[in-house]
Amino acid sequence: MRGARCTGQQLLLGAYQALERQIDAGTVEMHPRTEMLDVIVIDGVARGIVTRDMITGKIAAHTADVVLLATGGYGNVFYLSTNAKGCNVTATWRAHRKGAFFANPCYTQIHPTCIPVSGSYQSKLTLMSESLRNDGRVWVPKNKEDCSKKPSEIPESDRDYYLERIYPSFGNLVPRDIASRRAKFMCDQGFGVGPEVDGVRRGVYLDFRDAIKRLGEKAVSERYGNLFDMYERITGESPYKYPMRIYPATHYTMGGLWVDYNLMSTIPGLFVGGEANFSDHGANRLGASALMQGLADGYFVLPYTLGNYLARTKFTAVSDDHPEVKGALEAVKERISKLLGVGGSRSPDSFHRELGHIIWDYCGMSRTAEGLQTALQKIPALREEFWQNLKVVGTGEELNQTLEKAGRVADFLEMGELMCLDALKRDESCGGHFREEHQTAEGEAKRDDDNYQYVAAWEWTGEAGKQKLNKETLDFEYVKPSQRSYK
Amino acid sequence: METINLKLHVWRQKGPNDAGGFKVYEAKDISTHASFLEMLDVVNERLLEQGEEPIAFDHDCREGICGMCGMVINGRPHGPQRETTACQLHMRQFKNGDEIWIEPWRAKAFPVVKDLVVNRSAFDRIIQAGGYISVRTGSARDANEIPIPKENADLAFEAAACIGCGACVAACPNASASLFTAAKIAHLALVPQGQAERQDRVRKMVAQMDAEGFGHCTNHYECMAACPKNIDVDFIAKMNRDFLKSMVTARKDVASRDKD
Repeated sequence: MRGARCTGQQLLLGAYQALERQIDAGTVEMHPRTEMLDVIVIDGVARGIVTRDMITGKIAAHTADVVLLATGGYGNVFYLSTNAKGCNVTATWRAHRKGAFFANPCYTQIHPTCIPVSGSYQSKLTLMSESLRNDGRVWVPKNKEDCSKKPSEIPESDRDYYLERIYPSFGNLVPRDIASRRAKFMCDQGFGVGPEVDGVRRGVYLDFRDAIKRLGEKAVSERYGNLFDMYERITGESPYKYPMRIYPATHYTMGGLWVDYNLMSTIPGLFVGGEANFSDHGANRLGASALMQGLADGYFVLPYTLGNYLARTKFTAVSDDHPEVKGALEAVKERISKLLGVGGSRSPDSFHRELGHIIWDYCGMSRTAEGLQTALQKIPALREEFWQNLKVVGTGEELNQTLEKAGRVADFLEMGELMCLDALKRDESCGGHFREEHQTAEGEAKRDDDNYQYVAAWEWTGEAGKQKLNKETLDFEYVKPSQRSYK
Repeated sequence: METINLKLHVWRQKGPNDAGGFKVYEAKDISTHASFLEMLDVVNERLLEQGEEPIAFDHDCREGICGMCGMVINGRPHGPQRETTACQLHMRQFKNGDEIWIEPWRAKAFPVVKDLVVNRSAFDRIIQAGGYISVRTGSARDANEIPIPKENADLAFEAAACIGCGACVAACPNASASLFTAAKIAHLALVPQGQAERQDRVRKMVAQMDAEGFGHCTNHYECMAACPKNIDVDFIAKMNRDFLKSMVTARKDVASRDKD
């Protein structure tokens, strides 16, 4: 095994083994194929969750002294992303609806090195490791008429190694947001390569020709062989012979539930760890720092802050027939029968794809006030259609993957709107949030620290799209924010 | 873009107690660039439009690394392409007019949940029996302080590539989980951190494999041919050797604890 990507997989396997050890020791009770569908809040304090057993459909309440969500990010709001298909926003969104503030939802990371979309059936986008940019050179043709030619027919002098040209000192290794935005920009200008999807070629070359010449095919294969093989399986083209084609794709969401330094949300007793919370990354996540956050939250913060909370809090027992417990159970059951009973004609996936298009077009790599306002018209309309025209077959008392999707899409349809609202309100560019109205003469993100140096923490007020904005001002005592430059 | 038409014979089974059977579906205008699971997505959307229940199948990362997807395609776990999970299999591997038979993993220890979805929690219980290192994370020594020969590290990594998908079980005429169990054992037996519990581990994991109802290895090597990660059957030999050795050399107190 070579190259990165295996790193994440091996970490996961290590964590899995450690978890199985605890299951065997009896310290963890595992509920596989179980989905959390609500938080139980009693007197303003989190006291449990409601789950659905995805095999039997059984809805159950689990009461507790403390609730910890480590349920990941909301990247699949874009429909196409590098996330696994099962990733969704439901757990954090349900918590948001119960009072947890949602912070900086517009901060999302678009990763530059992914395999481009090949058609409308596309279900996900595959991330090629960042490490490829160590040896691969990014380019597009200098002349638009060359875009349909084979790369081998384009002479060296007609290739535009645009990252090396624009950022001579960082070259192909500029940060993710910049590499992504530049690729989009080149394609928007008509210099993209690969097949046309919806009339535009969305791809740039990542070329290993020079690396193979310099290091030999064997050395390149040792470094990237498994990635090259995967690329060939997906595209049918060998990167040893042809340059790879890449295009940015949604990879990570820096926003999430607001938490304090103890990782507790605005609902006392509800803690949030990892990508599910908003902390650590600000507007821009750098490579490997999600791992850093996972380790920090899991090893160094939560074991102490959770213990502290448990030790300092007096708990009264919650019985299963407490009105709040029964209410949460009823609400979940009601929602499921509502999803099953719409009786329309469109699949959950079709709504999800349409939502993804809206978010990608208007709240993706670059955003404008006008575009965001358009999205804020389209999303509520789509949500209304969802609740009138959704089609789910089967019952709630069995494995029903369509029903599972429907519930998640319903939450994405609310979450996506908040994302656009946040992006519209943040009238500056910063990190992964790029507002076209706010750029430097060189086309880089231009912040407005006087007015926007705050965390936007959105508070649910009872209706989607009507959240209230709370601002947490950011103070920088030692390191003062400055304009980035990778020239 | 090239498209093909296919005739699918898909195993449909309402639940574990239903007899189940093949149903035929036409899959028309499928792009050759689509993955196998994307082809099923397209078929499922059309089924839903017609009011029929979509085909249930497991999947998650769709990048060949999570081990969730798995179905027998034309008699071969994960389909015709070597070292490729079903999610990474693309339709350019098929021709216009092909008939494709799609079935769940078939093994007593993997009961069918619905259609192509099977319950693989037996694998979890094999890991629970000892597929870990009992060192508390956070207190372990820095890995770089313990030198490991590169060949050993590489070999351990090859074993660690196992994603636990279960294709080895589905491919084996005995429905044996030997390749899975052996890979998990070798992964830890090849590195210094795994030595302390090595003998205990192999006995417990093999015992659990037997208890789950998996068959024994009789050297067909079908598992290796089906494995999307190309795990070598040599690891099974290593497991057997470790198992035998542990029977001879095990400390009495450990051996007697097994019987509890």
